[in-house]
Amino acid sequence: MSKVLIIAEHNGVTLNQSTARCVSCALELAPDCIDILVLGSDCSGPASEAAGLKGVTRVRTITSEANAHPLSAVLAPQIAAVAPGYDYVLGPSTTFGKDLMPRVAALLGTGQVSDIMSVDGPRRFRRPVYAGNVIVSLEVPEGRQVVATVRTASFPAGAPGDSPVAVEETATDATIPTHTRFRELRTAGGDRPDLQTARIVVSGGRGVGGAEGFEKLYSLAGQLGAAVGASRAAVDAGYVPNELQVGQTGKIIAPELYFAFGISGAIQHLTGIKDAGTIVAVNKDPEAPIFEVADIGLSGDLFEVVSQLEEKLG
Amino acid sequence: MALHHMREVGLKTIMVCLKRVVDYNVRVRPKTDGSGVQTEGLKMSINPFDEIALEEALRIRERGEASEVVVVSIGPEDCQQQLRTGLAMGADSAVLVRSDEALDPPSAARVLLNMIERLEPGLVLMGKQAIDDDCNQTGQMLATLWGRPQATFASKLELSGEVATVTREVDAGLEVIEVDLPAVVTTDLRLNEPRYVKLPDIMKAKKKPIDTVAIEDLGIDTTPAFQVLAHTAPEPRARGRMVRNVDELLAELRERGLVN
Ligand SMILES: Cc1cc2nc3c(=O)[nH]c(=O)nc-3n(C[C@H](O)[C@H](O)[C@H](O)COP(=O)(O)OP(=O)(O)OC[C@H]3O[C@@H](n4cnc5c(N)ncnc54)[C@H](O)[C@@H]3O)c2cc1C
Ligand SMILES: Nc1ncnc2c1ncn2[C@@H]1O[C@H](COP(=O)(O)O)[C@@H](O)[C@H]1O
Repeated sequence: MSKVLIIAEHNGVTLNQSTARCVSCALELAPDCIDILVLGSDCSGPASEAAGLKGVTRVRTITSEANAHPLSAVLAPQIAAVAPGYDYVLGPSTTFGKDLMPRVAALLGTGQVSDIMSVDGPRRFRRPVYAGNVIVSLEVPEGRQVVATVRTASFPAGAPGDSPVAVEETATDATIPTHTRFRELRTAGGDRPDLQTARIVVSGGRGVGGAEGFEKLYSLAGQLGAAVGASRAAVDAGYVPNELQVGQTGKIIAPELYFAFGISGAIQHLTGIKDAGTIVAVNKDPEAPIFEVADIGLSGDLFEVVSQLEEKLG
Repeated sequence: MALHHMREVGLKTIMVCLKRVVDYNVRVRPKTDGSGVQTEGLKMSINPFDEIALEEALRIRERGEASEVVVVSIGPEDCQQQLRTGLAMGADSAVLVRSDEALDPPSAARVLLNMIERLEPGLVLMGKQAIDDDCNQTGQMLATLWGRPQATFASKLELSGEVATVTREVDAGLEVIEVDLPAVVTTDLRLNEPRYVKLPDIMKAKKKPIDTVAIEDLGIDTTPAFQVLAHTAPEPRARGRMVRNVDELLAELRERGLVN
């Protein structure tokens, strides 16, 4: 009997797609059961979505005012109280899971496999290190509980199941600390497609030159139904907010089509897009390293290319 | 009463973790037999996130909100170089926990907890991730073992009395949380820009103390949580082709069924 517990990521209303990707990873472990744990102040929306995912056995909820915001110090002891009996405890490799899962692992007295990119056996995994320049294969010893984060770009979002599974409220006697308090969440958000799930991403780098330059990329993205991303240099320079950063220390994405405008192609950036279907690079420097990985390269001024694309797609 | 006794100093000690890693500009490769990564002769540096952690600690001390900054590294004797750089940047003292084996995050967290017990810091600043193992775990594990709060991926840190207000870079944008001190804060790239080390500082730093401890003497379990089987190179992406103009680009994208 092997059992998997997946910690759901959600915003209080809807389930994040990262959870479905964790389910896809869990299915490769060929377990006997996959439970999803939803913690929140109102779990109903995310829980019913989770109950509809194919391969899921049961959804468990822990509903409490304390869980209104995902504070790891608050969530981890509750998860650790539920975790015994599960062979695997998985979370997504998003900022939510990265912050939370090591805390869970430490409470459970085990280690954590970060960023599972493939499952080679029930206890064998692969993960990237050195910004993806090296891949490590590892084995978790028999008898040790596996706590891991799932590199979401490596697994599909999965399909809906035939009929929703049961949702059960779970009680724990975990002690909840008061030393960590939520103040606010600032999102630029809007109704633009989400960078981590969009089919097409239009990204810009330092070459875009400023916030006005990015307006042109937003306009092209709008036309293509695409999300907008950026290099670290563009974020550091204040052209766009931090949540648009793609790369080793930003978001790891796998769109079908990725446009890199005015991005040189540093390894830290490339590691964030190596699973993209088609990479298009536009750079005025024909020697830019981005052309070594691009499927389609065009050497030229990005603004000319963007306006021609808009015109010809229009 | 001497004047400096009257100045109000918030925290006594800030502990900063510095990991020695291959410089971020170097492209590493696995060894041909897969047993590890080729690091011989490569340029080594302080993990960039840790440098940001140290810069933040120094700014806090310079604002008069802490009295001393201690840098700690776990690793081989050569880590002295990175600790010296940390001292030259302005840290007051350093501790090297000498270990010839690389430690995984749970073991590193146990060793760092031992350092916390010795140094009794009011704040621990470290990187969100080491750019060699890319684990992003140690700070969270350390905070947990210590039974204290964590504020990860910090892009802004403000101290006031017993509380730190931290702005965190999260996938949705910026989250602000408040944690009681002592706490562990891990840094993101935009927290600050680390200062350059000047020559006179390097000279001065030579006189500052580095305390060395052998890891064996700490009596800490450093058994790795997992067994590493192999290191391999990633699947290369097939080299693509260059197009000459936007018409060719669009034709190619339409052929692939990617745009209308
Ligand atoms: C610890 C660490 C973590 C990092 N993490 C990340 C990460 O997660 N993501 C990330 O992206 N980076 C990351 N970096 C930074 C990375 O090393 C590079 O510095 C960064 O990716 C460079 O961004 P860029 O390509 O936009 O800028 P540049 O390297 O400056 O390139 C700009 C490009 O624009 C081109 N250009 C200029 N004008 C035009 C024009 N009009 N038309 C066409 N092309 C033009 C230029 O030819 C040039 O190639 C990290 C660095 C460190 C140290
Ligand atoms: N051997 C070490 N020596 C000093 N600090 C370390 C060591 N290992 C990890 N750290 C700290 O923990 C952070 C996160 O590392 P990791 O969890 O390995 O990604 C690093 O940025 C360092 O601040």
